Amino acid sequence: MKLTLGLAQINTCLGNPEKNLAKHQEYVGKALAQGVDLLVFPELSLTGYVLQDLVPSVASKASADDPILAELLKSSQQLDLVVGFPEEDERNRFFISAAYLSKGKIVHVHRKVYLPTYGMFDEGRFFAWGDSIQAFDTCFGRMGILICEDFWHSSPPYLLWLDGADIFLFTSASPGRGLSVDSKLGTSRWVESINQAYARLYTSFVVHSNRAGYEDGLHFWGGSTIFNPNGDLVCQAPYHKEGLCVSTLDLNQLHRTRARLPLLRDERTAMVQRELNRILSQDKNNSGR
Amino acid sequence: MGDLSINTELARRILTGFIHTEITRVGFKRALVGLSGGVDSALSCFLAAEALGAENVLAVCMPYETSSPDSLEHAQLVIDQLGVQSITIPITDMADGLIHQFPDMDRVRMGNVLARMRMIVLYDQSSVFNGLVVGTSNKTEILLGYSTLYGDSACALNPLGDLYKTQLRQLAAAMNVPQVIVDKAPTADLWAGQTDEDELGFTYAEVDKLLYLLVDERYTPAECVDAGYAKQFVDAVVTRIRRFHFKRIMPPVAKLSNRTVGYDFLYLRDWGT
Repeated sequence: MKLTLGLAQINTCLGNPEKNLAKHQEYVGKALAQGVDLLVFPELSLTGYVLQDLVPSVASKASADDPILAELLKSSQQLDLVVGFPEEDERNRFFISAAYLSKGKIVHVHRKVYLPTYGMFDEGRFFAWGDSIQAFDTCFGRMGILICEDFWHSSPPYLLWLDGADIFLFTSASPGRGLSVDSKLGTSRWVESINQAYARLYTSFVVHSNRAGYEDGLHFWGGSTIFNPNGDLVCQAPYHKEGLCVSTLDLNQLHRTRARLPLLRDERTAMVQRELNRILSQDKNNSGR
Repeated sequence: MGDLSINTELARRILTGFIHTEITRVGFKRALVGLSGGVDSALSCFLAAEALGAENVLAVCMPYETSSPDSLEHAQLVIDQLGVQSITIPITDMADGLIHQFPDMDRVRMGNVLARMRMIVLYDQSSVFNGLVVGTSNKTEILLGYSTLYGDSACALNPLGDLYKTQLRQLAAAMNVPQVIVDKAPTADLWAGQTDEDELGFTYAEVDKLLYLLVDERYTPAECVDAGYAKQFVDAVVTRIRRFHFKRIMPPVAKLSNRTVGYDFLYLRDWGT
């Protein structure tokens, strides 16, 4: 089976969902013209990233009643979408969320589990922590969504893998940092190397849709990628600028790679569970909880 | 460890994009740079010209009567090479209007007056030219507090503030800033023969490496001494960083209400754009 996937590496207008919705629709139009089946937008694609006190005024409900999502659900009649937005739940907690939309339905919502609150990041101040990592079925196979810091931790991709995801959809608004003599920023090298490693370790497709543009002095470096189950780079969007990057994935590569390299078959999940139980039952804390 | 070499092409790309985006998103298309004849303002001018087009950049030269003739000559080299618009506005009369009232004014105080006079001229020109002031302060200066508050540090946006002086020189050379400007001894040009390095008591090459360890690599002062830096030098730099922190932040607002600017009224400047 083939999947034509589009990476919508957009810039956003900070705190203006209507304007960003118009850009989503523009990219939907471009993607349809190129036969895209699934179009993946970056983290917080409907609002911009450094929202701070804007969060409550620009958040959406993850519901067909929400005026912004309603428009995108209409577009999802023509192609599947992953969009990023600040989500307000029924008890007025705010999450960094990404929704998979297909055929007019919200198929899945992932709430960011790891909120970086250190260094230049302050997400935990403004957002609630998601507490679920689940794969979900689409007409192109079983997928999973993670948002930026989620995949800087190795356990969320592992959980998605065990939950049946063959296509990992990662979204980011990654501020570039780490200038050296290298032609790539430290952040770009880091993210690309871990995504390639996940593709190899989990013999899966790893799709990464990153932001472009600036917010104050922060610069989002773009460079969105797709790695196939061998860990080979299938395509990459340009660094530092907006663009739509389209590639047709041969999903049968999963079969070929896993026939050669049965890492999934041999994964000992029950042992992992036993050891986790043992580690968590100890009085001594060797890690965060 | 401590290698301050940078990929100049990548820095150039990010910084010109920054200038273009941060000026155009708020409805402007033009920029001003106060051109001193030194490498910092020359580089800001080069970056602004590349980001916005030379015709959209105004170089403002603001000599005082004791300014070195080299300064104006070097500023002119930049103007001629880039083809940016330019204007020369001497600040002697306006500065002397204040300075002559205080015959005992010392050199540091006078230097601050000159820097603030230039700020007034630059911001006045910005309303005529309908552009934003692009800053020229580098990371070394910012960390050492080697600038005049509301003087040379005043700007609408600063493309150079995360580049150490030695890194900035690499980028300036790569962008073909005239070699004589890249190579000359940095000076605030407040009196004849003044150089930054004499005044600071150490060279940029030395202090940049130390700052990199302290700030970027989060070394403790003791670890810097272990790495081979003289304790006296490390202490002097650490003290400067702390003592001049007030220059790096907005003045604190005394909190009274439930929501106060600076504490819990938090928005980026780019809000809504």
